[in-house]
Amino acid sequence: MGVEVVVEGLTKSFGKQTIWRDVTLSIPPGEVSVMLGPSGTGKSVFLKSLVGLLKPEQGKIIINGTDLVRCPESKLYEIRKMFGVLFQDGALFGSMNLFDNVAFPLREHTRKTEAEVRRIVLEKMEMVGLVGAEKKLPGEISGGMRKRAGLARALVLDPEIILCDEPDSGLDPVRTAYLSQLLIDLNAQIDATILIVTHNITVARTVPDNLGMLFRRELVMFGPREVLLTSDEPVVEQFLNGRRIGPIGMSEEKDQATMAAELAHRDAGHSDGSPDEDVRGVVPQIEPTPGLPARDAVRRRKDRVMSIIHTLPTEAQQGIIASLTPAEQSKYGVLAGAGQRVAAPTPTPYPRTRDTEWQRRAGDL
Amino acid sequence: MSAPVPFPGAGALRETGRLFALGIDVTRSAVKRPFQLREFIQQSWFIVSVTVLPTALVSIPFGAVIALQLGSLTRQIGAQSFTGAASVLAIIQQASPIVTALLIAGAGGSAICADIGSRKIREEIDAMEVLGVSPIQRLVVPRVLAAMLVSVLLNGMVSVVGVMGGYFFNVVLQDGTPGAYLASFSALAQLPDLWISEFKALVFGFIAGIVAAYRGLNPAGGPKGVGDAVNQAVVITFLLLFFVNFVLTTIYLTVVPAKGS
Repeated sequence: MGVEVVVEGLTKSFGKQTIWRDVTLSIPPGEVSVMLGPSGTGKSVFLKSLVGLLKPEQGKIIINGTDLVRCPESKLYEIRKMFGVLFQDGALFGSMNLFDNVAFPLREHTRKTEAEVRRIVLEKMEMVGLVGAEKKLPGEISGGMRKRAGLARALVLDPEIILCDEPDSGLDPVRTAYLSQLLIDLNAQIDATILIVTHNITVARTVPDNLGMLFRRELVMFGPREVLLTSDEPVVEQFLNGRRIGPIGMSEEKDQATMAAELAHRDAGHSDGSPDEDVRGVVPQIEPTPGLPARDAVRRRKDRVMSIIHTLPTEAQQGIIASLTPAEQSKYGVLAGAGQRVAAPTPTPYPRTRDTEWQRRAGDL
Repeated sequence: MSAPVPFPGAGALRETGRLFALGIDVTRSAVKRPFQLREFIQQSWFIVSVTVLPTALVSIPFGAVIALQLGSLTRQIGAQSFTGAASVLAIIQQASPIVTALLIAGAGGSAICADIGSRKIREEIDAMEVLGVSPIQRLVVPRVLAAMLVSVLLNGMVSVVGVMGGYFFNVVLQDGTPGAYLASFSALAQLPDLWISEFKALVFGFIAGIVAAYRGLNPAGGPKGVGDAVNQAVVITFLLLFFVNFVLTTIYLTVVPAKGS
């Protein structure tokens, strides 16, 4: 099973500019998590901090009992062998062909014979649909192929944590769907912890078990997918629906005047092209391809979520309960549409205040 | 967080410190296994292929200039028989390591810097680190060692070609006597001169490799940053080389007594 990544009070800045501060979350072992956020909110920086490429000024990142922020270089190299990272552009070695690229970690870290290396590499290449392209150089293939080759390379050492930096950027919706399916299938097969950083709404809605969002230099929320998907937080609502109306502006933040002007335009009948329908709500998650083993993560997560369900907002509770089968509902002792019964005595009013426990302090999820 | 109060020159000091840190890292990783033999051979061959012809072409006129200058000088003071001795000394001790270093830095170092810099901006270096492979050990060490090896070998070549060029110009153009030119070779020059020459070349190769790698690993961002980094690498290397040459020469002249004294 994958390992847990615990992040505590992480703060990162470049010079005077704070990227994000006091990010606290824990990525549950073996589950798929997605970190959402508008462009330029430091999602990639967050990912690079998790693998120790960037050093945050404050806070801890604990993996297997080791704090990545303050451990010696040699230890860092040991821990990194557990990681498989998919970079935005694949980050393939330009001087090697695809086969050598994918074989690189095997040749560096294992004493496998060339025949074994070949077998493993071809297996991973087939997994990402790149059979026949082994001899090509990274410069000769499309961005999507580079991305898939990067994924194959990230997978050869059977990582326990897979980090994907915008797996969808530069891919068409169909290939994105295939890639999402691939990630879920992977999770079913090797039970690795997966973190995807993206701003693709479809990926965010259908792939993860857990969902978080970075905005305005902090973590808006992180928790079970139902929580964010049903959230009334204005930022989340705007982002999920891809609207202009809301706190996110063209530059990171919006001032009152711009917001008022936009509202006035809308009230005057100006169409900004965003859909009227609200896409929030819990949608079915992608399941592993039939024939593969069921994902253990789903069962583990269900137990975990049901044990904390009373702390979640009502909409999320209803979404979760509605997604259970009748057998499960009786197992956990809840009834569909009866979210209120298990809810805390006084449901937290909306909009939620920042200090509400489930929003940012997800350490116990 | 309290940012340290910036004072003039702080940036330069920081850069210098990082450069030294990289130098130490490279030295430490050089003795650590596994050694990247393949990469080392490839890089050595690459550096040789870009430097050998320009070096030969530069060293012929260089030897000639020294020979001509010394030839007229020695004639003025009536010491023609020492032309050969003086030009050998000048070429082996000074000219040849400097010519080697300039070409290693200009041709080899710029290529190393551009290569590492473009890998850095394509995130290849990051990817390598994430795959648990130290880019210093995998990429930088073989390149620095290759630069050192090639510069020692080139130094030998420059010495030979320079002395031959000096001989040609002295004998053919200035009517020097071939016998006197050759016979006076060992009048002033001694074996330690050759050692210091090779030692200088070794140090220059190291500096050129480290500076190129350092600038390549820290480009200012974007493809233009890589171009700037290459430019800076060459300039910084030149400045350092002439300074180090001055220091080494001073130490050598103090420590090793001149022949016959």
